[in-house]
Amino acid sequence: MSDLVIRQLSKSFGGVRAVNDVSFAIKRGEFLALIGPNGAGKSTCFNMINGQLQPDSGEIMFEGTPLRGKKPRDIWRLGIGRTFQVAATFNSMTVIENVQMALISHASQVYRLWKPARALHRERALELLAQVGMQDAADRPSRELAYGDVKRVELAIALANEPRLLLMDEPTAGMAPKERNDLIALVKRLVIERGISVLFTEHSMDVVFAFADRIIVLARGKLIADGDARSIRDNPQVQEVYFGTGKTFKAEARS
Amino acid sequence: MNLNAFVFQAVNGLSSASGLFLVAVGLSLIFGVTRIVNIAHGSLYMLGTYIAYSVATKLGGALGFWGGIVLTAILVGILGAIIEVLLLRRIYRAPELFQLLATFALVLVFNDAALWIWGPEDLLGPRAPGLTGSIELLGRRLPTYDIFLIVVGPAVLLLLHMALSKTRFGRLMRAATQDREMVGALGVNQAMLFTGVFALGAMLAGLGGALQIAREPATLTTDLNVIGDAFVVVVVGGMGSITGAYVAAVLIAEVKALCIALGIVDFGLFTVNFSKMTLVAEFLVMAIVLITRPYGLLGREQGAVRSVAEPEEPLRPATTATKIGGLIVLFVLIAMPLIAQGSPYTLVLGIDVLIAILFAASLHFIMGPGGMHSFGHAAYFGLGAYGAALLVKWFAAPMGVALAAAPLVALMGALLFGWFAVRLSGVYLAMLTLAFAQIVWAAVFQWETLTGGSNGVLGVWPSAPFESRPAFYYLTLALAALGVFLIRRFLFAPFGYAMRAGRDSPLRAEAIGLDVKRIHWLAFAIAGCICGVAGGLFAFAKGSISPETIAVSRSIDGLVMVLLGGLQTLSGPIVGASVFAVLQDSVMRSTEYWRALLGGVILLLVLAFPAGIVGGLAKLFARRKAAS
Ligand SMILES: Nc1ncnc2c1ncn2[C@@H]1O[C@H](COP(=O)(O)OP(=O)(O)O)[C@@H](O)[C@H]1O
Ligand SMILES: [Mg+2]
Repeated sequence: MSDLVIRQLSKSFGGVRAVNDVSFAIKRGEFLALIGPNGAGKSTCFNMINGQLQPDSGEIMFEGTPLRGKKPRDIWRLGIGRTFQVAATFNSMTVIENVQMALISHASQVYRLWKPARALHRERALELLAQVGMQDAADRPSRELAYGDVKRVELAIALANEPRLLLMDEPTAGMAPKERNDLIALVKRLVIERGISVLFTEHSMDVVFAFADRIIVLARGKLIADGDARSIRDNPQVQEVYFGTGKTFKAEARS
Repeated sequence: MNLNAFVFQAVNGLSSASGLFLVAVGLSLIFGVTRIVNIAHGSLYMLGTYIAYSVATKLGGALGFWGGIVLTAILVGILGAIIEVLLLRRIYRAPELFQLLATFALVLVFNDAALWIWGPEDLLGPRAPGLTGSIELLGRRLPTYDIFLIVVGPAVLLLLHMALSKTRFGRLMRAATQDREMVGALGVNQAMLFTGVFALGAMLAGLGGALQIAREPATLTTDLNVIGDAFVVVVVGGMGSITGAYVAAVLIAEVKALCIALGIVDFGLFTVNFSKMTLVAEFLVMAIVLITRPYGLLGREQGAVRSVAEPEEPLRPATTATKIGGLIVLFVLIAMPLIAQGSPYTLVLGIDVLIAILFAASLHFIMGPGGMHSFGHAAYFGLGAYGAALLVKWFAAPMGVALAAAPLVALMGALLFGWFAVRLSGVYLAMLTLAFAQIVWAAVFQWETLTGGSNGVLGVWPSAPFESRPAFYYLTLALAALGVFLIRRFLFAPFGYAMRAGRDSPLRAEAIGLDVKRIHWLAFAIAGCICGVAGGLFAFAKGSISPETIAVSRSIDGLVMVLLGGLQTLSGPIVGASVFAVLQDSVMRSTEYWRALLGGVILLLVLAFPAGIVGGLAKLFARRKAAS
């Protein structure tokens, strides 16, 4: 059974067709990589799925519920979490408060005016931080973190509402190769343990080929390939897109 | 009421539209290129009226009048260039809040400068030589000067359009309006461009002012009246769009003209005097436009919002030392009536300070943790004060009832205005809140039968057992302490965290299920409600309330208090309000030119001490600690 089904999704900005008639689906528990050169329309896809952008046409179904027209916060409540390409945490809060905030929202306690927030869901927040290896930084201001750590905190935040689908837009951007590998391995473990489906973008082909269950390729807004690592690697169209931009898979991995 | 009356008023409306357009267009141009909202734009207009008056009366005749208008535009343009070079250049990279305050400081300075040069009397200029007559239109007389003004608006619009499309300077201006980063890439001398735009905008303001002297006297209240109108026009038309400014000016002027033409209408059950509803109509036009098009009729969404200057420390619960310190302060305040037995004036000042603290703390609540820079907090102070005072005046309500009503009336206003305000951010929000405050002020001023107009409401004295000074002081202390305590409690509660989350990163907040607009709307309402208590206390403390005490300057006082203490600390507004209230009482009132002095203090704050008193001290301690 498919968790997320996308049919003929399109979005233009002015004259630019950022996403052009794209269809794909994610099966439950699948670890699906969305790859493509810069400007291919990957972030635009993410933004439409999570409700931040409204598509011009097409359909997005999550567990049978249409998502078009819904707001990001409502889509989140349906069980879809996300991280951003440019990591965003709440800079005036500590690391653990960032996670607590998501837990408070999940528990529908946002409009409480009396009891201090610090005491709420602290245990659970520590657990989530432990899962991403950030428990030691719990009480540090989040704005002091290194970029790679911010990405991990974002992951902990995204896990707070026990999502069934996780959208991760370039979760490893700005990380060293070793760190990249570790983070994706961590996500992969979570996918297996909890049966979450994940849609992620990633520039390092080594990482993609090593971990993804399936890969879809986007170029200039169009979906040009869909398959496992081997078939993508051997796909002439995909090779053209990458070589055509003057890059090889290896060069792309380093960029 | 007939068709002729409508057509006549519609034509008349076009001449008002030209006036509105001339003030607004310069403001819009300057914003488009420099992203600075120049509150002093109304002051430039006002200086235009005074300078044109002087030239016209000194030189006399047609040369004095028409030549004076040209000369005025040039002089004010030069003044604009000087302002840009001396002040604005230093603050282009500062947070927008500071930019707004700096230009407001100029309002204060220019107002006192005009007072010093031209004196406090209204000055009526000569009539326009050559255009003193009138023509007959639909059985009524329309002054030829008004017809001239009708033509001036579109003519200036056309000239600007040509200048923007045909000249190199104009093309650069348009490029800069569309994409600020591009200007740097073009290798343009950005400094020259900005100075030029500021001079041009100032020139248009000067021209607008100069053209008015044949119709209205030059007066010292013009600056703030005009800036309120200009804000509405610019917000409705879309910031940075000159055609939008004209369309909006016509729309607003025509709606007002329609109200006047309707006059008193009998609906059978009740009658409505539409000619007294011009301000409400203006508000409605703005509200409808902002609901349907948040960035104005012809405006475009602005790029990323600038971030706060300094990153903020996470909230920490009060340390034991802070708690003890707070208790000591509270005990001193409780003992004050005993300490100050010899000088009864101390308690009067004490009440002022406590009211200021409540006012500033409620403003800080939305400004700091909420990130909403309200330039119209006086509205809720005024609603509270008038709510209480009018209950006493019309229903002889006891003080308890009136004081309980004050926060409720303010809450209603804050719920209404806040609903619109939270849909915007940054300078748009600042301008909208300021416009709302102007509307409250104008409504109080215009609705004489209810509010007593400019005389205000008198005889609002505390009733037993609070009629003695110390008793009223204790009441004020109790309410102020309660207000500050509640605000603190809210900030540490989930709601306060959600407010900050929405401010820190709206996208992230929405992506974890927070309804940022709703949260900020409720925060706005809470702040308004608490501010209403301050207003109610103020009315009883003074025994009266008048429009003057709820004018824009009170909103700005609040901003200065918050910034003086420091935006990013919870104790900041308390310290800031105390220092400000005492300063205002002692220093400011001892000179006739206290406005200019206040302006100087604001400029000093903005340019030299952006973190405020508490923020500065905290940094000092941190450095000490690091050193030891
Ligand atoms: N908000 C926007 N406004 C205008 N154009 C946009 C916007 N967002 C994305 N685009 C354009 O859409 C295309 C796809 O962008 P994006 O989805 O960010 O690509 P990717 O994430 O694959 O790098 C690009 O050409 C980009 O310039
Ligand atoms: Mg992207």
